[in-house]
Amino acid sequence: MTSYSVRSLLLATIVLTLLGCEKSPTSGQNTSGEMVVRIGASAPLTGPQAHLGKDNENGTRMAIDDANAKGIMIGGRKVHFELISEDDQADPKNATIVAQKLVDNKVSGVIGHMNSGTSIPAAKIYSDNGIPQISPSATAVAYTAQGFKTAFRVMANDAQQGRVLGEYAAKNLAAKKIAVIDDRTAYGQGLADEFIKAAQANGAQIVAHEYTNDKAMDFTAVLTAVKGKKPDLLFYGGMDAQGGPMAKQLKALALNLKFMTGDGGYTPEFIKLAGDAAEGVYATLPGVTLDKMPGGKEFSDRFVAKYQPIQLYAPYCYDAVNVMIAAMQKAGSAEPAKYLPVLANISYDGVTAKIQFDEKGDLKGGAITVYQVQHGQWHPLETLGASSAAAH
Amino acid sequence: MKLSELMSNKRNSHIMFWFLLGALLLLPFATDALFGRGWVRIVDFAMLYIMLALGLNIVVGYAGLLDLGYIAFFAVGAYCYALTGSPHLALAFPMLFPGGVHLSFWIVLPMAALIAGGFGVLLGAPTLRLRGDYLAIVTLGFGEIIRIFLNNLNAPINLTNGPQGISRIDPVSVAGVSLNTTQNIFGIAFPSVHLYFYLFLAFTALVVFVSRRLERSRIGRAWMAIREDEIAASSMGINTRNLKLLAFAMGAMFGGASGALFAGFQGFVSPESFSLMESIMVLCMVVLGGMGNIAGVILGGVLLALLPEVLRHSVVPLQQALFGKTLVDPESLRMLLFGTALIVMMLYRPAGLLPSRVRRRELDGDETAAEASVYDATH
Amino acid sequence: MEILLQQIINGLVQGSVYALVALGYTMVYGILGLINFAHGEVVMIGAMLVLSSLTAMLGWGVPPLLALVLSIVLAMAGCMALGYSIERIAYRPLRHAPRLAPLITAIGVSIVLQNLAMMIWGREYHSFPQLIANHPHTFGGAIINDIQIIIFILALAIMAGLMVIVHRTRLGRAMRAVAENQHTAQLMGVDIDRVISITFMLGSALAAIAGLMVSANYGLAHYYMGFLLGLKAFTAAVLGGIGNLRGAMLGGLLLGLIESLGAGYIGDLTGGFFGSNYQDVFAFFVLIAVLVFRPSGLLGERIAERA
Repeated sequence: MTSYSVRSLLLATIVLTLLGCEKSPTSGQNTSGEMVVRIGASAPLTGPQAHLGKDNENGTRMAIDDANAKGIMIGGRKVHFELISEDDQADPKNATIVAQKLVDNKVSGVIGHMNSGTSIPAAKIYSDNGIPQISPSATAVAYTAQGFKTAFRVMANDAQQGRVLGEYAAKNLAAKKIAVIDDRTAYGQGLADEFIKAAQANGAQIVAHEYTNDKAMDFTAVLTAVKGKKPDLLFYGGMDAQGGPMAKQLKALALNLKFMTGDGGYTPEFIKLAGDAAEGVYATLPGVTLDKMPGGKEFSDRFVAKYQPIQLYAPYCYDAVNVMIAAMQKAGSAEPAKYLPVLANISYDGVTAKIQFDEKGDLKGGAITVYQVQHGQWHPLETLGASSAAAH
Repeated sequence: MKLSELMSNKRNSHIMFWFLLGALLLLPFATDALFGRGWVRIVDFAMLYIMLALGLNIVVGYAGLLDLGYIAFFAVGAYCYALTGSPHLALAFPMLFPGGVHLSFWIVLPMAALIAGGFGVLLGAPTLRLRGDYLAIVTLGFGEIIRIFLNNLNAPINLTNGPQGISRIDPVSVAGVSLNTTQNIFGIAFPSVHLYFYLFLAFTALVVFVSRRLERSRIGRAWMAIREDEIAASSMGINTRNLKLLAFAMGAMFGGASGALFAGFQGFVSPESFSLMESIMVLCMVVLGGMGNIAGVILGGVLLALLPEVLRHSVVPLQQALFGKTLVDPESLRMLLFGTALIVMMLYRPAGLLPSRVRRRELDGDETAAEASVYDATH
Repeated sequence: MEILLQQIINGLVQGSVYALVALGYTMVYGILGLINFAHGEVVMIGAMLVLSSLTAMLGWGVPPLLALVLSIVLAMAGCMALGYSIERIAYRPLRHAPRLAPLITAIGVSIVLQNLAMMIWGREYHSFPQLIANHPHTFGGAIINDIQIIIFILALAIMAGLMVIVHRTRLGRAMRAVAENQHTAQLMGVDIDRVISITFMLGSALAAIAGLMVSANYGLAHYYMGFLLGLKAFTAAVLGGIGNLRGAMLGGLLLGLIESLGAGYIGDLTGGFFGSNYQDVFAFFVLIAVLVFRPSGLLGERIAERA
């Protein structure tokens, strides 16, 4: 390659950079005199969890579009909301870069991140800049344990969910010998550990604890090991992409036991991937069934019409955006410093739950619903937990 | 007038040096003003990658040992820092470490480097008889082994906190000054990312200095002899075993040091950050930039660290400008373009963007190449 | 006892999958000395192509068996074209370049293929339609089903077929000659460009078959599935001796067994200190141990040197 082409390549790169990097926008007003409020969102939009990340983005986007259509007023001025969506690839390093980018773009709030591993380091950056962060799906306890005033979540954390799961397995499903498999991610391991604690506290015995990873397709080895221990119930802490094939291989190995998983498995993908083996599988999801919540069915119908069947966390993203906007309206300002204290004390009826935050930023109350696959579809069985929001 | 001619004049090269130094010192402020604070952070990460690439350059570029698991040393350094500067040990072993362990940065950094170096020797030892691609798979295996251990050592004793990672890591503090808050020096406000930039710059300069001295020393020459023809080198009396181990150790030490800096910078470490893809990326930086050539490796590091971010920022506006709307998913397009850039760059410059002088002569097919490379190695 | 037997069967099936992919890796390495990082992605594309054409044909009402055969043929043709293009564009210009250059382009190709697949087929996990009745068979208390038996037999058959090609045909002789010494082969009148292209196309056709079998066995196809598979297959090829066809088969089966038995028994062997979360560590340890004692893998060197 000649030095001429090297130079032109460098030049092209510089041009690209300049084209792409607008200086952080200063003015907060658009042409029609409306106030422009930017909301940031971050999720893995590429990589193995991209289908869930995109779902998050869709939920967030729908809430923003709805808000714009409604013509929200904040502090007496009409507001136009703008979504800045970023791909963090579920990598903590990218998460901090994305977080800094969003901060530079003067977002008023962030819906993100999707994973715990990304939400935790990013929380520091948002906290340093005073920008409220609501995660729709990060469940690791460590996220809110860091003590940042700006970190919130609209979903029950691993401790809350695991407790309910373990209790349900030991008491309601009367499982005496339980085998556990987790996928060695922050989410799967956290949930499985809490499940084990709760199940043991309720009298069950953990006969096997096996492991896999979040990219695996073959589980025959660990399932066979589990088979040897003869459990009544198998709990899987991990996502649908592994849970589904795992259920299928369970059946192929003629393991007759109950199969239970957490919110990561409660997706239409799970049923697709497990095929016939999905029948009878249990899963949980924090919150009350969408259909039973006010506005829930309408949300899901509109979402399906606009995008595709809800993968998992879209309703939580929808709620996260709306609770943020509600706080802004109540405070009369979209400025983070002004609406943050309102957000911390707000009480908002979302499509997933009645949203209230405790002093750490976790969801107060946290009802959890148990579902089971019947005739190829997820059916709600019971709602457990402190407050069933539907009672309002 | 070509750059090399410019540089040959001693006075000119001095001027260039000070100019470069000045530009580097002003870089964070210029970037901040032109592009925004986010880009300074990206530049900081790029510096970490440069250090990694320089470290791998010793193993792959000087000694010719194909290492596909290099990120493991980065991980070891990061976890060393994390364990000795966070509440983790206090939480996991309240009996042993009641107040937690919070050692000074100046103790932790060399310690992390040394421990990583130890791992380098440990991992290098079984590979001494292996050549080429067998070495590659074994080093890849070691990289994965370390990552899996880090991911699973939370039971029965909680050493690394497993996949949850270690958070609330102490920020780096130099001479009592914490780098995590904006500091006012001589009346100018230095935000945290700028302070880290200077810290990383200092360490990068150190790594460059050490690399250069190694390159021009007997050790460096011995490494290059081993790289070119191990049997001949051994018959010349070079202790190939010790030198290979030394290459691994030195490369690992640089990796460990940059890992420690990374942990302090990010405040959170988890095994997800140390995957195989990262090892591969660092290798790409070294090969793409020009194996064995320090300037080349730095260029490779800068390019491959910045390119995904440039693409992240420009993919949407570019599509808007060209087509009026966003045709293709920006996320997939970004990585697609990155992969294409890798292919194109290697096709056009197979020896790297700035190949070492030895390689360039090989490519030009100079008959006096042999003599020239000997000359280079001794001067 | 039945658990042990089941684990062995699991290992052999998993191993046959690795062997199918490893055969492609090892063929290319034998000829070119190149680690084709993109091979795993070609397997994935093969699986996706089969999936797409199957779904389309079944939608048009084509009888299932015919649709399957046609889809396989289509996928093989597609992968062969893909393999040919990759070789022409990314590897041939670098034939005389420093050894690591084609490695980097291979990585670039792998990234490009992954993201292309994501753009074309989307991010979701696609479930693979079940066309052949998959009956389970029991013996000794362990279960194996039809598809798994087919995979095992297929891997053996393909290996046998490749050995025939390499050792009994003119093309095979040419391949061995090119593997031995490119320049001399050229002097002897072998068209090395053609031989290398054919080798790549053959490897890619195998990749398509491997992709089909993986998808059929696990019932899913996903744009990210090639990465881990390629890595495991590469490990298997090295274990057996890279460049060696029988080595790839042996390495694949062995790796599958090691992983299976490791996952099943590490916990018991170490008293619960290490569990199945260390199965990859266990597999790599075995690999390293083998390479320490046999630095060129279990069965040694390249195609040409297999007497």
